[in-house]
Amino acid sequence: MSTHEVLNSTGETMDCLFQDGLIELCLHRDPCNEIGSISLNELESFAAALPTLKQPAHAVIIYSDLKPGFSAGADLRELYERSQQMQKEDAVQGVREFLERIHRALNIIDSTPFTTIAAVHGVTFGGGLELALACDLIIADKTARFAFPELRLGLIPGFGGIPRLKRDVGNAVVRDLLLTGRSFNATKAQQSGLVSQVVAEGEALRAARATAAQVAKFDRQTSAAAKQFIKSIPYDELRREIDIFCDLFSRPAVQAGLKKFVDSKDAQPYLP
Amino acid sequence: MPTPDQTLNEILTLAATHFKVAREKLCPDDDFFKALGIDSLQTLDLLTKLENHFHVELPDYELQGVTDFRTLAGKIQARL
Repeated sequence: MSTHEVLNSTGETMDCLFQDGLIELCLHRDPCNEIGSISLNELESFAAALPTLKQPAHAVIIYSDLKPGFSAGADLRELYERSQQMQKEDAVQGVREFLERIHRALNIIDSTPFTTIAAVHGVTFGGGLELALACDLIIADKTARFAFPELRLGLIPGFGGIPRLKRDVGNAVVRDLLLTGRSFNATKAQQSGLVSQVVAEGEALRAARATAAQVAKFDRQTSAAAKQFIKSIPYDELRREIDIFCDLFSRPAVQAGLKKFVDSKDAQPYLP
Repeated sequence: MPTPDQTLNEILTLAATHFKVAREKLCPDDDFFKALGIDSLQTLDLLTKLENHFHVELPDYELQGVTDFRTLAGKIQARL
């Protein structure tokens, strides 16, 4: 597909619309935008289109069309089922390849010269939070909750979450989210420096569009230079994160944690 | 600061309103999962509503195993 087609496409897990210099990526995979292989394919196509865009653009908004929230993170059912079909070494290698692919996509989104805005509501957990953290701004409605629950499974966040969170907020906040697995509401997230604006329920996308319209008033080259100057990509830590994740993933405790998740009768077993 | 009974009453009213359940059908010792017909995702929604209403933080781990309104009210009261 051409860049124009990718940026005006309807996918299985996300749709993209490019209009008047604004690119909107709408996530819509039930039940809560779990990120598995299909989501990754589509996210990769979206990310790959950004650097090749020839027409003028100023902003990207990523949002969810689903009531439960922005994204519950990685598709743990797919992760478990695939790992069960492979030898341990192959499963770890498969996880590493998945992580390297999503890191490449998120690094492109992170470093794109356009101003990127995550408009979030409800569950913004794990990989969902990591996707939001790749954006320049997070605008949250009052229903939003943020968490890194990975330690409950014996893992760390694997989509770049720790280095990006550390880039944006104090280390004590990172430790709080990471080491307790607890969730922050939007107000707490704003007080911590994670969220730039908190708006009423259902208003995040409208506020993100208003912000994008403001961004459009500025010279694009200047905005891009400002972003490049202030928002460095922590490549070394991102690489290290993949290594740590893969080391942890090879342990039996992780498989047990994933099995417990898959076997759970709860409709949303990744939640506390 | 509200009394424990006031806190409990506010929780029951808030839960009834938000989840569209008749207030008089909710009792302090009810299992709120059953009384409100909510899953863990909606419980997070309730948690957010309570935090915003009472201006408190309720760490998820403090609510593990909490299933009735009275115990929930105690957890909130302890942070007011």
